[in-house]
Amino acid sequence: MRSERPPVLFVVLAAVGVAFFVLPLIGLLSRAPWETALGDLFSPEALTALRLSFVVSIAATALAVLLGIPLAWVYARVPFRGRDVVRALTTLPMILPPVVGGVALLFAFGRRGLFGQALDAIGIHLPFTTAGAVLAATFVAMPFFVLTVEAGLRSMDRRYEDAARTLGAGRWLVFRRVTLPLIGPSIFAGAVLCWARALGEFGATITFAGNLPGTTQTLPLAVYIALETRPEVAIMLSLVLLAVSLVILIAMRDRYLRAF
Amino acid sequence: MRARLAIVTAAALLIAACAEPNASGTPQIKDINVFAASSLTDAFTQAGDGFAKTNFRVRFVFNFGSSSTLATQITNGAPADIFASADETNMQKTVDAKLADGTPTVFATNRLAIAVAPGNPKKIRSLADLARTDLLLVLAAPTVPAGRYALDALSKAGVTARPASQEVDVRAVLNKVSLGEADAGIVYVTDVKSAAGRVSGVDIPEEHQVLARYPIAVVKGSKNAQLAHGFVDYLLSPAAQGMLAELGFSKP
Repeated sequence: MRSERPPVLFVVLAAVGVAFFVLPLIGLLSRAPWETALGDLFSPEALTALRLSFVVSIAATALAVLLGIPLAWVYARVPFRGRDVVRALTTLPMILPPVVGGVALLFAFGRRGLFGQALDAIGIHLPFTTAGAVLAATFVAMPFFVLTVEAGLRSMDRRYEDAARTLGAGRWLVFRRVTLPLIGPSIFAGAVLCWARALGEFGATITFAGNLPGTTQTLPLAVYIALETRPEVAIMLSLVLLAVSLVILIAMRDRYLRAF
Repeated sequence: MRARLAIVTAAALLIAACAEPNASGTPQIKDINVFAASSLTDAFTQAGDGFAKTNFRVRFVFNFGSSSTLATQITNGAPADIFASADETNMQKTVDAKLADGTPTVFATNRLAIAVAPGNPKKIRSLADLARTDLLLVLAAPTVPAGRYALDALSKAGVTARPASQEVDVRAVLNKVSLGEADAGIVYVTDVKSAAGRVSGVDIPEEHQVLARYPIAVVKGSKNAQLAHGFVDYLLSPAAQGMLAELGFSKP
């Protein structure tokens, strides 16, 4: 990499930019109750939220992988009319305020929602349930997976697939034994990003799924509620989210930059 | 040279942005930041309009939320001029932090009601009905006043209810009921009234009632303390008290 002497202005503004992100973290760390850290982190309310967040984010990631691989494949391989519009629609949650997503989910799958009434009739209730929290998390996190896998599919060398096919392999076999292993790193990276986003999900969850400890109160919701009564627990939970996110971003830095 | 020019321009803009606006003599509109409990949303919006009619140089900027959130924001230095809480506990936090200018004044009280779907299709008659398993009940979180009052009322009635959700403030509870996502929620009498037909209210008898007292205080360090005190006085005036009574609040 060529290194050049940066203009002073750039250095100053870049430093301001860095400070803008780092100072809030320092603020959080400065308030952290180090003496009681472990006690706060392993308090019953914190453990309940940690456990639920783990379940919800893993389930959301699993759902995103199940639906996301075929979707990414269609986007990368099938040039249908309106593909850009459809892709934009499924990417929307990345930039949409999550609360708006939550309201939209409510109007679609809520008890009085457009499709929720039918779901209600067959005994499926999503608001106020863990399944609802999973749905909200999937809604905001899946685009990260789909975009990453689509980028992987587009950049892979398709001659391997052609070679396999000339040797007599069927489409399914080619997909399983050639395509999937080739895009494996993208799937992994996409799943990790998706999981991290699901873990941090707040707005859509509280709007669509509500807030109940053990059922829908995930880590970010617990942080929000605890901030007013037990700020030390809120800070410790925030630090957990922070540490997880930081590790993931550092580990995934190459993937992250390439995908977007 | 260019870079230097850019720095100078940026610095000038920064200074201009930080400087006190309107140093000239033109009449200046003052912003009053009012942090108020979410159950005061309608009352304060109206009171703000009423006060502004007699005082053209004021503009109210409202921050409605749960009293506990607002108290946390104020004690962490949020630029509030006025704080109105739905309980005395959260007001006390502000007083303890030496952030209340003078003694808080209770300007209104409120009572609880059960919010249900319009026409009460699930035939909810009392707090005891809220324990029914065929009902989806939502309450405010126990960390916010409305949630704590609701638990008090339920325990007075000897009812163990299992809410499906603990919402962040009382307006969120009202919304869940008016959207039809929940069958019942415990809110304030004034919330039922403000929902204007989108929910019906079920009365809670006197022996199970909990009286919510609303204290208000000017926040210390307010740049517009005089105007802020003026607004507090206005709330206690017959005109404002009449408006509060119309919305369903009771006298202090």
